[in-house]
Amino acid sequence: MRIAMTYTRLRTEELLLLDAFEGLGIEVEPIDLRAVVFDPMNPGRWSAFDAVIDRSVSLTSTLTAVRILEGYGIRCINPLRAIEACSDKLSTTLALAGAGVPQPDVRVAVSPDAGLEAVEAIGYPAVLKPTVGSWGRLVDRLNDREADEAVLERLDTHGSAKQGVFYVQEHVNKPDRDIRVFVVGGEPIAAIVRHSAHWVTNTARGATAEGLELTDELRHLAVNGAEAVGADVVAVDLLECPERGLVVNELNHSMEFRNSITTTGVDIPRFVAEHAAHIAEGATA
Amino acid sequence: MSQATATTAITAVCPECDAVITFDRAPLNGQIVRCPDCGVELEVVSINPIVLEVAPEVEEDWGE
Repeated sequence: MRIAMTYTRLRTEELLLLDAFEGLGIEVEPIDLRAVVFDPMNPGRWSAFDAVIDRSVSLTSTLTAVRILEGYGIRCINPLRAIEACSDKLSTTLALAGAGVPQPDVRVAVSPDAGLEAVEAIGYPAVLKPTVGSWGRLVDRLNDREADEAVLERLDTHGSAKQGVFYVQEHVNKPDRDIRVFVVGGEPIAAIVRHSAHWVTNTARGATAEGLELTDELRHLAVNGAEAVGADVVAVDLLECPERGLVVNELNHSMEFRNSITTTGVDIPRFVAEHAAHIAEGATA
Repeated sequence: MSQATATTAITAVCPECDAVITFDRAPLNGQIVRCPDCGVELEVVSINPIVLEVAPEVEEDWGE
């Protein structure tokens, strides 16, 4: 069995994964995507791998590599379908809606005037997000119509074409925290709760994390969310809505976990490595 | 940009503060390390010899 791990930066997560594979006695070859030239018609040396786990921090690199690798017939972790569903918020919304997974209310428009209507339909405060983005960047909370008009005008004037999609989400009046469940191979393995006085509860934006016991409801929602996008390895972020209970806010296909191992007591990279090996074995068989 | 110093240990020099950074094992291209002295994040951009550059904090399409 041979596994490759593609990357563009070897951060703590990737080094922990390499250690986990080594600890399991599994041969894994780290491959820096920035040094690779693909021939889409000829797999060449890639045909030696039974599976590829992608850990690129660049979404563009991930999508490019996984599209080609799946074209070669190589099993990728995560599959392209899951990456596409997780990395684009509209795709996530549609996947969750199709699977009947509860999520915040959303409206989508493609012009500033319709964007204004979308916000009015959701009600203030509303959250305006880029459909592709991460770490809580470029997310606006629109508290009133004046803020709404100013932000929409700015995006219309200075934004890129992609920012011409107005993805408006209900602002869930959650407590000062959100919940993340790590799902590997369809099993929820650990959960953390992230606290922040700021409305964006993202550790990349300064939120602090601690371990959380997995409840049946958390397990159920996280597994359904992971299944909805078809992910092998995914972090499912949930919000606690005072009216509707838990809702799935987003899913992360290239999850970060460096601060969640000690806080949860769960060896997350080992679970990921074991599951990748399981998939590679299946591909070999 | 700074080149590794030649010692028995695997080391390189922080391009920001000149601190010596020691690696437990041979580093890989693209590996991110934090300078123990000045705290800046550095990227291994060459492994023979080991060359470090200040790592970019974020780029447009980076994320989870």
